[in-house]
Amino acid sequence: MAHVVAPSDCRQFTGGLAEFDVEADTVRRLITALEARFPGLGDYIDRRMAIAIDGEIHQDAWSSPIGADSEVYLIPKIGGG
Amino acid sequence: MSDVLDRPDIGHNSDDDLKVVGTRPIRPDGADKVTGRAAFGADFNMAGQLVGKVLRSPHAHARIVSIDTKKARALPGVKAIITGADFPNLADEFHEGGEAASNLRDLAMNVIARDKALYDGHAVAAVAATSSAVADEALALITVTYEVLPHVQEVEAAMAPDAPLLHARMFTEGLEARPDKPSNIAKRNRLARGDLDAGFAAADVIVEGRYTTQAVHQGYIEPHACVASWAADGQCYVWSSSQGQFMVRTYCAKVLGLEISNIRVTPAEIGGGFGGKTTVYLEPLALALSRQSGHPVKMVMTRDEVFRATGPTSGSVMIVRLGAKSDGTIIAADVELKYQAGAFPGSPVGAGSMTALACYDIPNFRITGWDVVTNTPKVAAYRAPGAPISAFAVESAVDDLALKLGLDPIAIREKNAVRDGMKASYGPTYQNIGYVETLAAAKASAHYQIPLGPNQGRGVAVGFWFNIGGESTAAVHINEDGTAVVVTGNPDIGGSRASMAIMAAEALGVAVEKVRPIVADTASIGFSMLTGGSRTTFATGMAVVQAAEKVVAELKRRAALTWDVSADLVAWQEGAAHCLDPAKADKPPMSLEALAGQSARTGGPISAQVSLNAQGAGPGFAAHICDVEIDPETGGVTVLRYTAAQDVGKAIHPAYVEGQVQGGVAQGVGWALNEEYIFDREGKMENAGFLDYRVPVASDLPMIDAILVEVPNPRHPYGAKGVGEVPIVPPLAAVANAVRAATGVRMCDLPLSPPKIRAVLDAKEG
Repeated sequence: MAHVVAPSDCRQFTGGLAEFDVEADTVRRLITALEARFPGLGDYIDRRMAIAIDGEIHQDAWSSPIGADSEVYLIPKIGGG
Repeated sequence: MSDVLDRPDIGHNSDDDLKVVGTRPIRPDGADKVTGRAAFGADFNMAGQLVGKVLRSPHAHARIVSIDTKKARALPGVKAIITGADFPNLADEFHEGGEAASNLRDLAMNVIARDKALYDGHAVAAVAATSSAVADEALALITVTYEVLPHVQEVEAAMAPDAPLLHARMFTEGLEARPDKPSNIAKRNRLARGDLDAGFAAADVIVEGRYTTQAVHQGYIEPHACVASWAADGQCYVWSSSQGQFMVRTYCAKVLGLEISNIRVTPAEIGGGFGGKTTVYLEPLALALSRQSGHPVKMVMTRDEVFRATGPTSGSVMIVRLGAKSDGTIIAADVELKYQAGAFPGSPVGAGSMTALACYDIPNFRITGWDVVTNTPKVAAYRAPGAPISAFAVESAVDDLALKLGLDPIAIREKNAVRDGMKASYGPTYQNIGYVETLAAAKASAHYQIPLGPNQGRGVAVGFWFNIGGESTAAVHINEDGTAVVVTGNPDIGGSRASMAIMAAEALGVAVEKVRPIVADTASIGFSMLTGGSRTTFATGMAVVQAAEKVVAELKRRAALTWDVSADLVAWQEGAAHCLDPAKADKPPMSLEALAGQSARTGGPISAQVSLNAQGAGPGFAAHICDVEIDPETGGVTVLRYTAAQDVGKAIHPAYVEGQVQGGVAQGVGWALNEEYIFDREGKMENAGFLDYRVPVASDLPMIDAILVEVPNPRHPYGAKGVGEVPIVPPLAAVANAVRAATGVRMCDLPLSPPKIRAVLDAKEG
């Protein structure tokens, strides 16, 4: 199970829960699983968040793989100048 | 298109194998730019074009009661007049267009005001006329009736419960409970780890400071400019200077309610962007004026308009409290950041929060960020958006901690430095970072050993930026004579044409002069995100390398056809096919030129295109050293020496990497010492020009020494990391810490302009 850590602005969907385990082997499946468990969160992630998997930031990358014991951090999408 | 890219096995990843990557050829666009032949935004003209101009609000906050255009329309030569009523009302929704999602409603209302003008300079109407003089006269004949409203520009004033409200529908996001009334606070974000109270309770030393910065502009030399043509068949054409032609296409389509396929955008050369050209201002107006008039419309901002109506970055108020053990180990940090967003939500306080402590391994911290709307121009991205601001506060506090503990400023940063395997303050675990290497390089530099004289001081500061990848497309075409064309969709801001040519040449095994890089319009190459976030050399470069590899595979196939051998018995080395079949060992190598010359007989033109969504951009770290001298009479600050050590992954073109570092430092020095938006009591900008808004010029700066630390990024075929953002992160604090060392007084309010320095010296002298 991937261990997911959600920042403060995602906790409006999780009832305040900051960390939880999710069964998912790709980003797309993670988003689907989160939407099913916390309605609205999947859509919020798709629009606003990047996903750091084992330290590497993935943006808009549904096919990115997630390992069985991966560390997954939801972080705001990154831009730049 | 693929989402995830593994490192291609191209067999020449070590420095010893690289022939072109890491060299310093003359940039392909260099001759055009030094001879004046390069066509920038304002250089393009069309037959029959009109001059478009914008009427801007003279008020910082006002309700638009009515706009009367009758007299202006009657003026001979006036062909079109538009107001907000000529644009569709867009939903309050986020859409991917630039690098990150933008709220389309806010974007459209920033292009042209609807019911309220939210800052001095906000577009209210626009005209197209047969000459500049007629357009000016027409603007003067438009009567706008305003109901002037109270305005608020300082960030803390805007946060007050009784502050004038910009948006009646805005409720603060990110709080534990939804507030029961609207405010100017768009969002609160928070990052935290550990037990903050316990951390401070265990600290031997605590430092605390309140820091402020002012809004500053990117200061690109070229003002915004475009030509737009809305043809009778509904096909639209735009030529403009921006950081992304696809971004312009997307936003114009959304703001005007068009299908994307009906807009073709051609990128002009760009005279600087630094993040400020990642959105649209003029292009939708020019298209709407062209639609109404039936003529092409050209619009060019004045410098006054650039300052008043385009996005600077945020002014801020910050409070930092650090707690440390007596050996310098930082065990607690509490950081509060309040950033101006300008007229619409979206300050870079989120990134400022995430980067504030990103260089440090601190067990207990809390970072709170506030995104606050104000009656000032909507902020736009500016190199490493948000990070220089929070770094100024944190790095000043770390400097105070080092002073209090009697520690060397680099040593305290080394002691608390993040390393591979540690968790970043924003969450994820670092890997392949080169931070401690930059600290070691700075410490070992000759600069750090130079003795200082009277009235001189030395400052150290560090910085971090994430870097990004994203969507890119690249094509490689082999010409009939064996030369190559590389086509991408990213405007060349910092020498990316040269980088693309270098990477293609490396993969093809040819001299870089044999490769011509081209930046194409939106109809001539697949989608690419804009040039920003230091993504182009990393992400678009990845697409270029993969396209070149596909071309090499095709060349090997054609050589195999020629020799009647299996393709796996053909090797590609130094720009030629080599036959590995022992039975045909007498076959001489076939050059790229020879294979290109017979391409018709082997399958036709040789070319390949790759579209991808690059992931795995490695973060960047930097450590800077700045020496200053204070003139005790005037309070003027002279930067004597500046050294910037930066982890760049692998420098594809070292000279342009050094240029990025030097440019970032120069802008950061200006931010630290002189630059600021100054408003009068009515909320009008008082210094909207380069005479009064003082950016550093060459004579203000010493040679900036860039030390390129190469810790390769394993996710890029040649190890590249983004390099353009992080150089602007440390300078604000590096300069401020140097001024602290020179004066003996901590100054917390940027810019450190001569009157402020003089006041400090006066107070010190009693």
